[in-house]
Amino acid sequence: MAEMIAPRQGYGEALVRLGEKHNDVVVLDADCAKANLTTMFKGKYPNRFFNIGISECDLVGTAAGLAVAGKVPFANAYANFLTGRAFDQMRVSVCYSNNNVKIVGHNAGTSAAQEGATHLPLEDISLMRSLPRMTVIVPADSLEMEKAVEAAYHFEGPVYLRVGKLPVPVVTKREDPFVIGKAKFYKEGGDVSIISTGIMLDEALKAAEELETQGISAEVIHVHTIKPIDAEAIIKTASKTKHVVTVEEHSIIGGLGSAVAEVLSENCPVPVKRVGTNDRFGVSGKMDELLDFFELRSHRIVSSAFELLKEKAPV
Amino acid sequence: MTITVEKNAYLKDLTKKIRRHIVKMTHHAGSGHPGGSLSATELLTVLFNEHMRVDPKNPDWNDRDCFFLSKGHCTPVYYSVLAEKGFFPVEELMTFRDVDGRLHGHPCGEHIPGVDISSGSLGQGLSVGNGVALAAKLDGSERRSYVMIGDGELQEGQVWEAAMTTAHYNLDNVCAIIDWNKIQLDDFVENVKGVKNLGDKFRSFGWHVIEIDGHDLEQVDEAYREAERTKGRPTAILAHTVKGKGISFMEDTHEWHGLAPNDEQLEIALKELE
Ligand SMILES: Cc1ncc(C[n+]2csc(CCOP(=O)(O)OP(=O)(O)O)c2C)c(N)n1
Repeated sequence: MAEMIAPRQGYGEALVRLGEKHNDVVVLDADCAKANLTTMFKGKYPNRFFNIGISECDLVGTAAGLAVAGKVPFANAYANFLTGRAFDQMRVSVCYSNNNVKIVGHNAGTSAAQEGATHLPLEDISLMRSLPRMTVIVPADSLEMEKAVEAAYHFEGPVYLRVGKLPVPVVTKREDPFVIGKAKFYKEGGDVSIISTGIMLDEALKAAEELETQGISAEVIHVHTIKPIDAEAIIKTASKTKHVVTVEEHSIIGGLGSAVAEVLSENCPVPVKRVGTNDRFGVSGKMDELLDFFELRSHRIVSSAFELLKEKAPV
Repeated sequence: MTITVEKNAYLKDLTKKIRRHIVKMTHHAGSGHPGGSLSATELLTVLFNEHMRVDPKNPDWNDRDCFFLSKGHCTPVYYSVLAEKGFFPVEELMTFRDVDGRLHGHPCGEHIPGVDISSGSLGQGLSVGNGVALAAKLDGSERRSYVMIGDGELQEGQVWEAAMTTAHYNLDNVCAIIDWNKIQLDDFVENVKGVKNLGDKFRSFGWHVIEIDGHDLEQVDEAYREAERTKGRPTAILAHTVKGKGISFMEDTHEWHGLAPNDEQLEIALKELE
């Protein structure tokens, strides 16, 4: 059994390490520091931490000003409120102004759990992906989160980082390289490609195992950077397997599934099935229950793969 | 008297020059915002020429003061003041809003020397100004940030989120300039959604408030000095102005908020500005 760690844990720790090494790192939160674990940074570097209060638009604007003055701000809030309310501030004060601001959306996907639909960010990737100049990173687990924080700091320009709240299995390895914009092949296979993002890597790997027992060889690719998307890796696997299933803890509209379909329809048109939350709001429930509710599970990836393979087989 | 007679004459002349640019630029483009540019002319001219620590030869100088035009539509006055200050050639003003130029309808922070942020979506400037001011406090720097906000723009909630932040962090290196011309896009501000008792509003948010005639060069200059002297809290300069100031037919009407003069109107305007 893989170890269970909350991605926000890795995030909070990585931020402290970053603060240790780099004086220009500043952290802002919108009255959710305890939940977002930016309290760790605040504890060590109180002068470089700013609680802007419950005002997400002001949070993002203030971060933009700090970046104008040469700081590297990490602006934290719940992903739904941050990307929903402060979209225009990200558009004008951050991206159009090309300011080096790191936007960190917390409580990602189903990890908002029992808070229910208002708090379940299922559209944030879609929104962030549409902004020119925005880089969008969705790590698989706490370990990859740590690397993503480091990489985001060293990357010059606006970044959106998606952080989950609740413990999920650590499936990546300490020695795995992390390069922004570079997808990672986790398993070779020839019949179907499973392309996942975020915490869905775990279910993708399980699905590949299940398919193996049924005689189907699946390739698993983890896309932690949704923008810029690694078109080369996606085209490579699709031209090999000719069948693609995408998996994300997010709406099937505008997220990973859309990004992959965009690449493939223009470069390598093969059938694609998108697994994600359908065009609907969330409900209240434990994270596990929500993953079941939305069928963000290996069995759905397996059945999607079979549907694709059936489509191909001449009747 | 804070400014000498000679200086006053020089600045007066400069504001006239800038008003001529404003009408010529909007005429050139066939669009743009003369009303709120003409009301802000003295405020920006005095700020850039007498108070801001900036270096047109080195616009990205680390310790410079920053200005953010939160009411980003008023590029005619902003670009004119920057050009006259030497940030880019005055001739370039006649490329205003041209597709192959960089002087876009609303300012782009990336491309224009002297412009530190893109704006045009109202309500965002004060937050950005606060960010620079926080960084300055952190670095022990003397740099100041100035933010110009329209009175209609005060209807945007983010302005008040930011006003709380400025006061909470005691950012006495922030100076907000409210171009209180009483008119927004559609109508008089009081008819759309009034912003009455503005002084009380800012005072109750923890700000030092200075109320002036925004077309009186002396008063404008003294207000910036008082802002610089004020310690422990931010300053809001509430500047009573006239929208369209200086051109008889543009004054005190919403009609000229976002309208360019035609050939004939340009001629009359330039005559009035001789
Ligand atoms: C967020 C946003 N909403 C609407 C507009 C359209 N708009 C441009 S100027 C303006 C009126 C601004 O009035 P005021 O702030 O009083 O400016 P001034 O009179 O000084 O020109 C409006 C509604 C905008 N630019 N941004």
